[in-house]
Amino acid sequence: MFSRAYKTAVTVPPLLWVTVFLLVPYLLMFAYSFWSVSPQQTIVHSWNLNNYSELLTKTVYWQTLLRSMWIAARVMLFSLLLGYPLAYFLSFYAGQRKDLLYQMVIIPLWVSYLVRAYAWKTILGSDGVFNTLLQYVHLTKHPLDFLLYSPFAVVLTLTHIYTPFTFLPIYAALEHIPRNLVEASHDLGATPAQTFWKVIFPLSIPGVLAGATFAFVLSLGDFLAPQLLGGPSGIMISNIVVSLFGAAYNWPLGAAISLAMLVIVVSLLVFSERLEKKWSFR
Amino acid sequence: MELPVSAQGTHLPRSRGLLLHAAAVFAFLYLPIAVLILYSFNGQGVGGFPPRNLTLDWYRILFADGPIWDAVLNSLQVAFAAMVIALAFGVPAGLALDRAEFPGKAAFRRLVLLPLILPGIITGLSLLMLFNLASVKLSLLTITLGHGTALISVATTEVFAGLQKLDRAQEEASLDLGANYWQTFWAITVPNLKLPIIGAALLIFTLSMDEIAVSFFLIGRDNTLPLEIWGRLRRGITPEINAVSTIIFMFSLVTIVLWYRLRMRAEGSVDVGGELIESTSVNTLSS
Repeated sequence: MFSRAYKTAVTVPPLLWVTVFLLVPYLLMFAYSFWSVSPQQTIVHSWNLNNYSELLTKTVYWQTLLRSMWIAARVMLFSLLLGYPLAYFLSFYAGQRKDLLYQMVIIPLWVSYLVRAYAWKTILGSDGVFNTLLQYVHLTKHPLDFLLYSPFAVVLTLTHIYTPFTFLPIYAALEHIPRNLVEASHDLGATPAQTFWKVIFPLSIPGVLAGATFAFVLSLGDFLAPQLLGGPSGIMISNIVVSLFGAAYNWPLGAAISLAMLVIVVSLLVFSERLEKKWSFR
Repeated sequence: MELPVSAQGTHLPRSRGLLLHAAAVFAFLYLPIAVLILYSFNGQGVGGFPPRNLTLDWYRILFADGPIWDAVLNSLQVAFAAMVIALAFGVPAGLALDRAEFPGKAAFRRLVLLPLILPGIITGLSLLMLFNLASVKLSLLTITLGHGTALISVATTEVFAGLQKLDRAQEEASLDLGANYWQTFWAITVPNLKLPIIGAALLIFTLSMDEIAVSFFLIGRDNTLPLEIWGRLRRGITPEINAVSTIIFMFSLVTIVLWYRLRMRAEGSVDVGGELIESTSVNTLSS
């Protein structure tokens, strides 16, 4: 029923816009990663793999990349440990309070990301809320100074930020499980634990994968929380990229590192999508 | 208070452990927010237990703080303009995905979602390279273009989901009765998509107000609010930041409540951003 003109009118403008402001920039980053910087600080448009070999041979780059992945993996794990049981509780046990509690999980998302990271800084600092509380109740005499400016602070903050994101797809998956399956499992003599592990958990795996991917991918590229709370031992790969695009002025190397990050992220998304397909029963 | 710990009609056992776990997670999620609000009234600075000398001074300082309000104004302008851009291209894109076949359709779906799935630094730097190549000076305009582009998919997914539920007969009737496409679009399609469009608009607006990773690389002389706060965090922190955050949080809470009211009246249910979460997660890359 829609004419050719209509289809053109709704298709071409978005396609052009997205090409110019999304596709071209991403391709530009790809191109930059093969270029280099001259001693006079200009970009040399000659194609080579030097940036990639530098990424692989200079310890600081691949070590920071590995550390970032380790931080992201911990954030993913803790977000799942907090988010899954919460989603399960809400979906199966919360009864009439379900909607209210669901909104209560979402509301922290409306507090700015930056502000929540800042709030953790005021809690964890050596004269912060937590340390002064410990001294106030005479549990410690001196502030614990390992709390802030450490990978721990980064993992804690990012877990706080991404737990609701992990919760959401898991909750959606649990809500889609037909309740009569649970009923049937009970009637056929399964114990509650068997029902959970044989019926509910397998059906919720697509949600778990989506939530886990969210938490890992978004933490991996973060540079604000590490800079605010990480200290020297909590520096992540994006902090290095930021400095390469700023003071260090080596855009091509920065682009190569970003691209390495992009490859990790995209392969993870594809991998998780494959697994989701395998586990979804639609 | 009686708490519901048994699952209705599913024969799952009562579980105290799950209840305690849920309470602990909520405490974890709300602790920083409670601290943030409480210490905005603290006369003794951002830390220090117990809070002492409760005062409204930080709010007084905040209201007299020119640069913060300039930044708020900048953020509001950017968010509004980004919302217009994202809707102007996102709504047609939703229609296109529902009604048109074109080469690269599957790739297009994935591409528009990328800015929400990838770490913000990648999109921010890519756009920085584009503007650098085109010799465009960084300013609030470049941030607006970045936000508008990154958030197109919010409008696209909400509108696409709305169209899936829409009965095309009305549009067909309108066209049969002699209205042209433009008239049909404004008289039939848009009113039928009112809720998805308003929902997308609100979501785009709030996401833009809070965005920092992309803005970080596209900033010119004028700051948006998150960047202004970021700058201050590096110079040393005062409860003034708690105060401004508290006000913004209250403001977004009121907006959400109003939106829920509107949506409850219209549909009897609420799922703001639900379509987006489903499309960015469960079917991330499937077409």
